[in-house]
Amino acid sequence: MFTSRRGRIAAGIFAAGAVLTLAACSSGDPLAEDDSAGSGGDSIAIGAAGFAESEIIAQIYAQALEANDITVDFKGQIGQRDVYIEALNDGSIDLIPDYSGNLLQFFDDSSEAKSSDEVLAALQDATPDGLEVLDQSEAEDKDSYNVTKEFSEANGVTSLADLAGIDVPLIVGGNPELAERPYGPKGLTDVYGVDAARISFVPISDSGGPLTTGALLDGTVTIADIFSTTPSIEENGFVTLEDPENLILPQNVLPLINSDKASDKVTKVLNAISAELTTDDLIELNARNQGDEKAEPEALAKDWLAEKDLF
Amino acid sequence: MNLFGDAFRWILEPSHWTGPNGIPNRILEHLAYTGLTVLIATLIAVALGLYIGHTGRFRGIAVSVTGAMRALPTLGLLVYLAVLFGLGIQFALIPTIIVLVVLAIPPLLAGAYSGVQSVDGRTVDAARSMGMTEWQILWKVEVPLALPLILGGIRSAVLQVVATATVAAYISLGGLGRYIIDALPVRDYTTVLVGALLVTILALVLDGILILCQRLTVPAGVRAIRSSPGQRSTTKSASTVSTAA
Amino acid sequence: MTWVLANLGQIWELTVAHVLLSIAPIVLGFLLAVPIGWFAYRFRVSRGLVLTVCGLLYTIPSLALIVAMPTILGTKILDPLNLIVTLTLYAIALMVRTATDAFDAVSTDVIQSSTAVGFGAWRRFWQVELPLAGPVLLAGLRVVSTSTVSLVTLGALVGMSGLGYLFTNGYQRNFPTEILTGIVGTVLIAVVFDILLVLIGRMLLPWARVDDAARRGAGTARVKAVAA
Repeated sequence: MFTSRRGRIAAGIFAAGAVLTLAACSSGDPLAEDDSAGSGGDSIAIGAAGFAESEIIAQIYAQALEANDITVDFKGQIGQRDVYIEALNDGSIDLIPDYSGNLLQFFDDSSEAKSSDEVLAALQDATPDGLEVLDQSEAEDKDSYNVTKEFSEANGVTSLADLAGIDVPLIVGGNPELAERPYGPKGLTDVYGVDAARISFVPISDSGGPLTTGALLDGTVTIADIFSTTPSIEENGFVTLEDPENLILPQNVLPLINSDKASDKVTKVLNAISAELTTDDLIELNARNQGDEKAEPEALAKDWLAEKDLF
Repeated sequence: MNLFGDAFRWILEPSHWTGPNGIPNRILEHLAYTGLTVLIATLIAVALGLYIGHTGRFRGIAVSVTGAMRALPTLGLLVYLAVLFGLGIQFALIPTIIVLVVLAIPPLLAGAYSGVQSVDGRTVDAARSMGMTEWQILWKVEVPLALPLILGGIRSAVLQVVATATVAAYISLGGLGRYIIDALPVRDYTTVLVGALLVTILALVLDGILILCQRLTVPAGVRAIRSSPGQRSTTKSASTVSTAA
Repeated sequence: MTWVLANLGQIWELTVAHVLLSIAPIVLGFLLAVPIGWFAYRFRVSRGLVLTVCGLLYTIPSLALIVAMPTILGTKILDPLNLIVTLTLYAIALMVRTATDAFDAVSTDVIQSSTAVGFGAWRRFWQVELPLAGPVLLAGLRVVSTSTVSLVTLGALVGMSGLGYLFTNGYQRNFPTEILTGIVGTVLIAVVFDILLVLIGRMLLPWARVDDAARRGAGTARVKAVAA
């Protein structure tokens, strides 16, 4: 009877489905493969935070390590610090580029360190067991509070210290997490005495990118948190407010790594990169990434390594 | 479980009930996006759906186009429009509403045309033979009979829009998504859960209200048909839609 | 266009990752939803509960569910499993309703006849109910497939690979071309999956005029499937 044929075919649907599932599961594995066996220093999972600069530096690390016969698993755009530190802790990644000051405040928000070297020393102490930071580079990229030239002139503001004395509503724009950071609106109140009631916050999820810039230009916000190596600061003639009290700590780029993976070879490669990386490099790399060229992190990293004649 | 306890404590905390980031304000914003979206989408989709259902034309096109619309990734479309218009974040409402309307149209359209098409051909013929104009047939026969499915479409659209309006926060708007998008980068999962809970509760309340509307607006004649066994295939779809809680 | 050509390698990698992340939820969702749907159809008492739970599931914002997964499953936070399980749940939520309707649509006369000629419940399911429900199940599966492929893009907000990366990255540097590439890629994957499903349907369900029935089913399936 034809019914039995239908039955077979229907069973076939399920069989096919089951096979697909198995295929999907087994092919899903390569995605999950990361550090599992902890096979010495020969494989390393590199992560990048959720913004382009981090990805570019992470690509530099990745390509340099690959050139030294280390297997690299790259995981881009993980998110912000809270997320990628957790990813380091649970072994999803082993290495990520980070910024000294913000990382220190993340591990120890009561630290009194101010200068670049103090911050690094404090950071080395504060970094929890199992993780460590390697040599820091000269390259620095920090959060910075920017206003338009007009705003600066109209209100006579050139420094964060001036903010407490002026009588204009302060609308701060920045990534959502800035609201919770010690150098965010809270810091303006605690360190510079700006009345909290006068500050409002507009979250913009582009890490100080073009939308933040746009919001500052069109007046949606009056003060914008933009990374200091972002080309748009200069392009738009924004005034970066001085920070005499060091609300925002020095932010040197350095590798944060799982101690088990920090073999001599890996350490040597990463330290060689840090020795060469400069703030101007970052500005140039960012400009090529965000400007008309829209160069991708992978290509930028390749160019940088070639230019510095590394590996 | 502890996370749920923390979330409820967060919700009950009086200081979370005032100000721009307070729960009432976020819910109102969320409702505003949803309401505006569903209004615009209903005007477009129900008109089209009734036309397609009544004339039987362009049905194949409607199915393919709505199918393609479903495939459009909401987040991608949202950031694309936001960047393309170059309006910055000041007019973020425009791309947001467009994206949500795109999301709401397929269920609304499907509800409207399948509603009209589910009307028994003999009923329509009877109306025509009584001398009703096509316009009268549409409004006096087809629309009332299609109402359960049209409202079913509105219900699915509302639920989808409420759940998805959270993405508005990604381009700096408000709404309940703010709790999720702001708390995500700092791994404050209590607040993420608060956002999710409030969205779910809001969806359930709105759905309850719409079920009530569905009950109240379905004409008595249709309700009578429901219990008649001969019409099983038509009414079944209506009743399954209404069992969706 | 130059950007696309210059970055074909990366786009292809993201596309492959996207496809891999999409397949498991679609297949698992289907395989799990069909028995649940059959259960809801066969045992009327369970129906309200099953459909309500599925409806409720569908209103949970997906981002919240993804980040809750490591707590629920004990997985690492970047584990693709978090996304796969979340999307499987949504697939089930969408598919169960259609599956229930699909079995409902099998004519009572046919079922009674098959019982009369001596089919037991097991044989009746495989040889009568399932084949006859096939076309509507397929219509539902096509909806699930499309929506899953689109939802995978959300993974980009929580560090998963896939074409969604082009959205967040393109947004951060104000680059419409990159975002559009991601949108087009996602739609293409959805279309290819859809065509594959239709072809599989033609092979496995030769007795059904697949196109016609699926289309008819898709209309109502869409309304109901999403009537969360």
